[in-house]
Amino acid sequence: MKLITAVIKPIRLESICSELEKAGFSGITATEVQGRGAQGGRTEYYRGQEFSVMFRTKIRLELLVADPDLERALEIIVNTAKTGDEGEIGDGKVWVTTLEQIIRVRTGETGEAAI
Amino acid sequence: MEAADMAWLLAAFAMVLLMFPGLAMLYGGMLNGRNVLNMMLMVLSALAVTGVVYVVIGHGLVLGDSVGGAGIIGNPFEYTFFSDFMSDDEAGGTFWGAFYILFAAISVALVASGAAGRMKFGAWLVFVALWIILVYSPLGHWVFALDNPEAGTIGGWMRNQLGFHDFAGGTAVHMNAGAAGLALAVVLGKRKMSPGRPHNLPLMMIGVGLLATGWMGFNGGTAGGANFMAQYVILTTLLALCGGMLGFITIERVRDGHATMLGLGTGAIAGMVGITPVADVVGPIGAIMVGFLSAAAAAWAITWKRRHQIDDSLDVFAVHGIAGITGSLFATFFANPKAPGEMAGIFFGGHFAELGHELIAIAATLIYSFCMTFAIAWVMNKISPIRVSEAEEEAGLDNSIHAESAYDSRQL
Repeated sequence: MKLITAVIKPIRLESICSELEKAGFSGITATEVQGRGAQGGRTEYYRGQEFSVMFRTKIRLELLVADPDLERALEIIVNTAKTGDEGEIGDGKVWVTTLEQIIRVRTGETGEAAI
Repeated sequence: MEAADMAWLLAAFAMVLLMFPGLAMLYGGMLNGRNVLNMMLMVLSALAVTGVVYVVIGHGLVLGDSVGGAGIIGNPFEYTFFSDFMSDDEAGGTFWGAFYILFAAISVALVASGAAGRMKFGAWLVFVALWIILVYSPLGHWVFALDNPEAGTIGGWMRNQLGFHDFAGGTAVHMNAGAAGLALAVVLGKRKMSPGRPHNLPLMMIGVGLLATGWMGFNGGTAGGANFMAQYVILTTLLALCGGMLGFITIERVRDGHATMLGLGTGAIAGMVGITPVADVVGPIGAIMVGFLSAAAAAWAITWKRRHQIDDSLDVFAVHGIAGITGSLFATFFANPKAPGEMAGIFFGGHFAELGHELIAIAATLIYSFCMTFAIAWVMNKISPIRVSEAEEEAGLDNSIHAESAYDSRQL
């Protein structure tokens, strides 16, 4: 059982979700987050005054997958999150965490059956 | 007064009233989301307090027969309690009583720029009343009160003795508000917290739109009826608005690399400020140039002011003071005698002495307004501090002094 966490560009949220759904991954959690990576902040101008915005808005996706499905899910996320032909700075990051337990609240099922 | 004239004036009145929510949205949108309601309260309460002061003594101070014939201040008791306005004087006196309240109120509402996010609300209400009496009333008298030989009354010195041309309040409203905002900002000191980004630029855009609508009523109504002058000044006001938008974004594009919405809106306001004193005396191309140059001058003045560390938070000095001066000076040189105001600029055969008169009027307005506003705020502050506590400022005034919030806290 793995937890995939992906920080992605907000404009890619919809296409990633629909690609994942096509491949059978229906459960997903998305959160709006503020962050900074290689892309850094950005500068805005208000009446000529520079204003540096430290963080950029990204979406954090979280989904639970069974071990055999991991590679497939990662491939979909990484390929769909990429913008431009070669990918761009700021496209995001994906990481995987091993989980000890999952419980479905309604039925009390545990482990991979609860995904 | 002809019914058609009064019909236009009543419509213009309604348009000018839109300037209050307009200014509240412009100023509120430019602040962060924790001080927006406080700013809206300051702008709207300025109208509330001004109305009361005006009915008691304000209108007399502005338009009353000059005390001692000196042209400095009108007789405060001439229109006390507006009791003469309960019957028709056939000259629209009752209408003008209401219209002039809006002029005075928008002037002091603009001054809120210098107090954004850090002034006690009660202190602001007292400040508004004192400012209308001690600052706006004399300046209004100087330019709005005309000598009336038939009635044997004397008007203000600037208009009648100096012969200064001010169509709709470039000095008493805009330069005055600009200098006063600066003075109030100096007495209050800078904001302690980082002001943050403007929290809602689309709101600011709606505000600019309402102000522009109101401005047509402001200048068009000052024409005094449904006449050619009204036609002409709404044309020049529109053209200055256009020139102003272009002027500000041109400077921005060259200086910072981008044209911005805030810049375009600021330029629109600065352009209309510039045309206000001279809407009746410049030609159509002149009006576009007035707008363009006023906005460009405001754009320059905003950055100049920042270097001097004065926290006139919403730039009333640059956008109203500097732009107003620019418009007035432009007309001194380029007023077109064919325009209905019939004034000749220096390049159109006017006298060079006009420039001297102009500079005296501008200097008198700025110096009087700055010094008297500074004195009011300074004395009030000595009696009881007019600034909120640091903790209140940090929490944002919407929460700490008004006990409400503009937005769900998650959005802040």
